[in-house]
Amino acid sequence: MIQLENVTKRFPGGQEALSGLSLSVDKGEMVFVTGHSGAGKSTLLRLIALIERPTSGQVIVDKQNTQRVKRRKIPAYRRQIGMVFQDHRLLHDRPVFDNVALPLIIAGVNHRDAGRRVRAALDQVGLLHKEKQIPQTLSAGEQQRVGIARAIVTRPKLLIADEPTGNLDPDLSLEVMRIFRRFNEVGVTLLIASHDIALIDRLGCRRIALEDGKLQLEGDPWQ
Amino acid sequence: MAVTRNADAVAPVRSSGAFTTWLTRHASSSLGSLGRLARQPFSSLMIVMVIGVTLSIPAAINVIVKNAQSVSASWDNALDFSVFLKPEISVDEAQGLAGLIAQRADIERVDLITADEAMATFKQQSGFGDALNQLSDNPLPHTLSVRPGPGNTSASLILLQEEISNLPESEMVQVDTDWVQRFHAILDIVRQAIAIGSALLGIAIVVIIGNTIRLDIENRREEIEVTKLIGASNAFVRRPFLWTGFWYGLLGGIVALLLVQYGLYLLRDPVGRLAGLYQSNIDIASLDVAESGALVGGAILLGLFASWLTAARHMRRIEPR
Repeated sequence: MIQLENVTKRFPGGQEALSGLSLSVDKGEMVFVTGHSGAGKSTLLRLIALIERPTSGQVIVDKQNTQRVKRRKIPAYRRQIGMVFQDHRLLHDRPVFDNVALPLIIAGVNHRDAGRRVRAALDQVGLLHKEKQIPQTLSAGEQQRVGIARAIVTRPKLLIADEPTGNLDPDLSLEVMRIFRRFNEVGVTLLIASHDIALIDRLGCRRIALEDGKLQLEGDPWQ
Repeated sequence: MAVTRNADAVAPVRSSGAFTTWLTRHASSSLGSLGRLARQPFSSLMIVMVIGVTLSIPAAINVIVKNAQSVSASWDNALDFSVFLKPEISVDEAQGLAGLIAQRADIERVDLITADEAMATFKQQSGFGDALNQLSDNPLPHTLSVRPGPGNTSASLILLQEEISNLPESEMVQVDTDWVQRFHAILDIVRQAIAIGSALLGIAIVVIIGNTIRLDIENRREEIEVTKLIGASNAFVRRPFLWTGFWYGLLGGIVALLLVQYGLYLLRDPVGRLAGLYQSNIDIASLDVAESGALVGGAILLGLFASWLTAARHMRRIEPR
């Protein structure tokens, strides 16, 4: 699903976020990216989401070489990927329902189908009864679950999440990870950046550890 | 297996018709923009008023010029000129000459005012009746009042007047309608000035709307970033702002229209009184349907142009971080 070949990302200041990184995530896998802050986790996800372009090397997502995705085609590319953010990035001027419906509106799904799918997504994260609330009236964990519902409402094959539990206490974190786990069980590929090693160990998924933008083969049962 | 099921579930995205999708998006986007304006009634009203007042100025001047034109158009004798004949010409000769001139293709009609008629009218209108009675003989000449045909241009009129003044019987040709031509020339200048003024005010409106929408974009930067992050195209994030421009234009145009009509309503009585003093009956023409449409439509175009210009410039710059 995801292949990185010798990817380097150098910022204008000269510092390298990623140095010659190669890795691969198979279809249907649930993989964690770990490492200290500044190790390159976020940069890796941003390259996959085409928020950034690599300085050199290739990023291939679902058989598409991201290098060949033209600027104009980026929106269509991003619609294939579900994204979850640490600060969930919900829109605070509209209720939960509208937040989750946004990707469907962007994709041009008709109203009735959209309503059905939004409720299905909210049901999956256990927030069906809160569809009319404004995000700020929800707890941090609930807000993050709304963010997840928004990411999966278009049923993407790939979901990437940047520190999705960064702002949550351990119980809520586990809850969020269980939700991810359920998506993985129905075939969604997940790539999750996190530094919560204790939590990851409990889930028993593959782990890609980064340090200074390079692969560090610690705690990786598959490689 | 599960992946295939997911792919099937995505299918309705493509199955809903492209046109219906387009229409639904615009409908919800336009209502959304209108709702956003309604949620900030005071600032929206201010901008709409600024646009309305700005547009009403050229529209009002235009109406005034239009009315001035219609008043001056009723002076259809404006092109008439008088030919004073030499004193030795008799009434019969004058009559013959009048008939001759009237046969020309470029002349509509010729009226003979004999010296006696002229004297009688003069006595009656001047109030010097008694004094004039003292005169032993009538010093006034016979006069031909010539009305040129409608096909004449101002150049051909001058030629015509020259030709007639060269006739041996004619003493002098007097064109007493120069001021009408001057009046028309002034109206032309005013109309030209309106065009220039309208262009400047149009630019002002584009700047006002553009700046308002720029602020709106800045305020919604976060929203634009998030929307782009989950796959919205530039066109998608631009759409609500185009609709905002549309609504500003539409509402501003309607305000301008109402202001002009209300102003005319206020002028109706005083103008009627003035016309009464001149024993005439002037009816003020207001903006007709086509002109009202042009005013509101022009305002909408300005709004769309301003928002498109601003949104196109800023949307490309706002990329997710």
